[in-house]
Amino acid sequence: MTILGMTGDEAVAHAAKQSKVDIVAAYPITPQTIIVERFSKYVADGEVHTGYVCVESEHSALSACVGASLTGARVFTATSSQGLALMHEMMYIASGLRCPIVMGVANRALSAPINIHGDHSDMMGSRDSGWIQIYVENPQEAYDWTIQAFRIAEDKDVQLPVSVNLDGFIITHSMEGVDVLDDLAVSQFLSIREPIFKLDPKNPLTFGALCFTDYYFEFKRQQTEAMRNVQTVLDKVCREYKDVSGRGYGAFEAYGMEDAEAAVVCIGSTAGTARDVAWKLRTRGKKVGVLKPWLYRPFPAEEVNAALKHVKAVAVFDKAGSLGAPYGALCTDVVSSLHTLEQRPKIFNVIYGLGGRDIQPSDIELVLNKALDIAETGLVKEETMFLGVRE
Amino acid sequence: MGAVVVEPGSSLKYKTGDWRAFKPLVDREKCVNCLLCWIYCPDSAIVRQEKWVDVNYDYCKGCGICAHECPKDAIKMVEEQK
Repeated sequence: MTILGMTGDEAVAHAAKQSKVDIVAAYPITPQTIIVERFSKYVADGEVHTGYVCVESEHSALSACVGASLTGARVFTATSSQGLALMHEMMYIASGLRCPIVMGVANRALSAPINIHGDHSDMMGSRDSGWIQIYVENPQEAYDWTIQAFRIAEDKDVQLPVSVNLDGFIITHSMEGVDVLDDLAVSQFLSIREPIFKLDPKNPLTFGALCFTDYYFEFKRQQTEAMRNVQTVLDKVCREYKDVSGRGYGAFEAYGMEDAEAAVVCIGSTAGTARDVAWKLRTRGKKVGVLKPWLYRPFPAEEVNAALKHVKAVAVFDKAGSLGAPYGALCTDVVSSLHTLEQRPKIFNVIYGLGGRDIQPSDIELVLNKALDIAETGLVKEETMFLGVRE
Repeated sequence: MGAVVVEPGSSLKYKTGDWRAFKPLVDREKCVNCLLCWIYCPDSAIVRQEKWVDVNYDYCKGCGICAHECPKDAIKMVEEQK
């Protein structure tokens, strides 16, 4: 066992290095910069065989990644916020062409007003782009999921790009002990990518051809099917990763959910704080739990239903506003998943942390107490609460 | 998967003539075989013959450039009957 002190960004770079990526094409942006900066150092020092493509924008970065991925290469990039927004067009092309690219996304608020701090507005804006989305809680998870992401992306039943999302600054710049695997263990877990189709002068194929009313719909239907395969593949990959690392992952992590009457659903770093608060309340006999989806796209609807069906009140935390929508994105997914149940928990949405506004244990305690009230009375007075805003 | 076309040169099989709303008709009496239409056709759908031109309707999209360029008014665009 080797424990290294690493920030979330460094953990992602280290995982990409051990995953032996063939090509990295990237453009720096705070708070992601350290990922590609660190990786460029590996290249300069000859620690990796990777081709590093310096580009003039994120649009070009992902374009280069798509081209490289089509040759059968293992491809990695990273971005954040405005950079992700600039990639938006290419994100649909990466998923539509079934490129198993892995991208680290340091989640950060979108302008305007200009802000560099962490919230989920960037990736939530691209949630329908056909990318698998994983949200991590700390540098250890960032490391573990980056390695697992390549296996999931490259599986023959999936062949889709994956984003590994880590909260800007809270995870990207916080140093923690990260238990890393040996290079050999990672190489054995991640064999060389075996592409189904690839650009090859000896066997010419056409990628990205015109496809109108006659076939487009069918290809989108195939992508839906690939998304449906993700959960099975992810479970298999996570089981195998547990054998190698001793750390078990899945579609989500549940704490105290088996007997919870009130629960919090949240993704990313906030889950750790929420778990700590829930633990404290449970020691006082309060039946509260925390459900943290690691997998946000595809949304693990059936599993979330199974975990929440007996709960009386659920607070769903969104670190991004879906302006004009009934709820934030995560809450919308939870609500739409639960609608198939006869008996549903009462749900309310908590919008928090926009632009990196800090969230304290006391904030979460307030929400959990509110949820406990609702569990008792059955009355939701406020369907959407803005936690920690001045108004 | 991924809309990959697995054989080269398969665009020949995609008959873009289906897109046509108007069809060029060549009047062989008026045609002087100057080949301006052949030069201008963006789809290479004008077929050279010894004394006049024909149109390859498998690929002609009916843009009408040939009719517009013809100095002898030998090409008329008529509505497709489908």
